[in-house]
Amino acid sequence: MADMASAKIPVTVLTGYLGAGKTTLLNRILSEPHGKKFAVVVNEFGEIGIDNDLVVGADEEVFEMNNGCICCTVRGDLIRIIDGLLRRKNDFDGIIIETTGLADPAPVAQTFFVDETVGAKTMLDAVVTVADAKWLKDRLKDAPEAKNQIAFADVILLNKTDLVSETDLKDVEMRIRAINPFARIHRTQRSEIAIDKVLGQGAFDLDRIQAIDPDFLEGGHRHFHDEDMRSYSFASDKPLDADKFFPWIQELTQTEGPNILRSKGILAFKDDPDRFVFQGVHMILDGDHQRPWRADEAKTSRIVFIGRQLDAAALEKGFLSCVA
Amino acid sequence: MPPLSSSPSSLTSKLRRLDLDGAVVGVRFLGASAAFALGEGEVVLVGEGETRLAAHKGAVLSVAGDDRRLLTGGDDGRVVATLADGTMQALFEQKGRWIDQVAAGPDGAVAFSAGKTAHFQPGKGERKSHDFPSTVGGLAFAPKGTRLAVAHYGGVSLWFPNAQAKPEFLEWKGSHRGVMWSPDTRFVVTTMQEAALHGWRLADGGHMRMSGYPSRVTSMAFTAGGKFLATSGSSEAILWPFASKEGPMGKQPTMLAPRDVRVSAVAAHPRDEVIACGYEDGLVLMVRISDGAEILLRSPDAAPVTALAWRGDGGALAIGTESGAAGLVVF
Repeated sequence: MADMASAKIPVTVLTGYLGAGKTTLLNRILSEPHGKKFAVVVNEFGEIGIDNDLVVGADEEVFEMNNGCICCTVRGDLIRIIDGLLRRKNDFDGIIIETTGLADPAPVAQTFFVDETVGAKTMLDAVVTVADAKWLKDRLKDAPEAKNQIAFADVILLNKTDLVSETDLKDVEMRIRAINPFARIHRTQRSEIAIDKVLGQGAFDLDRIQAIDPDFLEGGHRHFHDEDMRSYSFASDKPLDADKFFPWIQELTQTEGPNILRSKGILAFKDDPDRFVFQGVHMILDGDHQRPWRADEAKTSRIVFIGRQLDAAALEKGFLSCVA
Repeated sequence: MPPLSSSPSSLTSKLRRLDLDGAVVGVRFLGASAAFALGEGEVVLVGEGETRLAAHKGAVLSVAGDDRRLLTGGDDGRVVATLADGTMQALFEQKGRWIDQVAAGPDGAVAFSAGKTAHFQPGKGERKSHDFPSTVGGLAFAPKGTRLAVAHYGGVSLWFPNAQAKPEFLEWKGSHRGVMWSPDTRFVVTTMQEAALHGWRLADGGHMRMSGYPSRVTSMAFTAGGKFLATSGSSEAILWPFASKEGPMGKQPTMLAPRDVRVSAVAAHPRDEVIACGYEDGLVLMVRISDGAEILLRSPDAAPVTALAWRGDGGALAIGTESGAAGLVVF
């Protein structure tokens, strides 16, 4: 399986609110002497200047799927563009998709799980969000798009750190953590970052789900309870019953899918020596047995949702009712 | 064609193997020669010998054609017609755009699209263009060539390029990709982003939903006389009955040539009720519809069959695969 996964073309999605430094990051990735070639999907030509790479304009066409799943939207233009790019797949090593500042990352991410051809030939590597350290807190208040972009991210560049104090930086990091406990946060100035911290993240690769760090999960939302968007985490030291868990999570994502942006879990099932890991984007869930639990590791089942207006008490009750 | 029942069950000895060195995205017969369009921009003409032509400076995104010409649309913004003698003509060029779809019409007419804009170029005369509500997913000429079916998000538009009137809109929720007319022009059928087909009965606008596929349908063909619509997408060829005025509604499809591998391409024999059926592992069968009799034409080699075409007289079949391993079977 590892071989098949590595043969897929990695796709990085760059998001970020207007003016955060997304295009600067894109230009950095493309101009670094890494010897790699990229196909770049952009919304507006002109801002990036590169010779070697393949640049394609996107139309941001968001399509609903006819599968009874109301939040299951995909980017129709991306399906078409990626189908086309795959015809010359020997010409590049990876695909970078730059979204507009106002875009919701969900349809972009879902495209890679819903379309069969796209899913078979490419692999979503990570959603990378560039955030403006000075203005993010304001945008989290007034721009739902900015909140979605933070909630969805696997990697966050907290950019323009030279414009704010250390205290303010810590504060904004705590706010990010309250919304999104998974993302790796990097402080940057002028979007300057080592390329290996942005590309090759394997964020949607089930094999690379290691741990869901309880410190982040507990710390964040206690102090900055964001009414609208936050993370919810639950844990159990008792093994779960697979026959109870799967119907519960499926029912939950079917009914609450529109409000659950991302989910992730590491689970210990009764009479099962393996860790079961899963991750989800709205209603789309992807899960598998990962590896045997090690003798030195606590068999704790842990599950996290990033979402808005979820009933924490009901979620906890539902999760704990899956204990075998 | 001789009766299949007296034939051996394998004709693999008749397969002329070709190594085209590039994924085949489409194939057509131009008279006696097969013209293979490759993903990376080349066209290979295979007659007695092989001629490689550089048709596009980039990828070929779409392929169409008739007995005389192979039409290709590329990510270099060009529409190219290739003839059997190797002559190539760029019919259109728009730098910086992708030609997503091409279609061949009668009397040298061509249609093609870039994004939301579809263009109609008659054999002689002025080009006409129209912007549709979203990116064009598929284009097909009605048999007479005066009307085009244009598939897009939310349905199909029937466009008369030479009329002032707004295109007639056939609505059905979802993203429509390929589109095809039945030979009698009573029906228009689309392949959808979901694993289903949708069809309209033009006389009364009746809907036909053809679902149950395990994967998206990427290849479909009406059989000789339009009796069946043969489709890929399942681990057997699914043939919907279109012989009656009502179309396939309320009727069961015919299922032929079941295997444990999915069908990736189908092509209908131009005269007999026979289809060629290619699978995701490279195997190709010829199947008679009346009794399901199968003849093996190509053994599996792991790469999916991506293109199939019969010669105009039905006496030969061209086969293309994703790996570039291709073949010709002359019966």
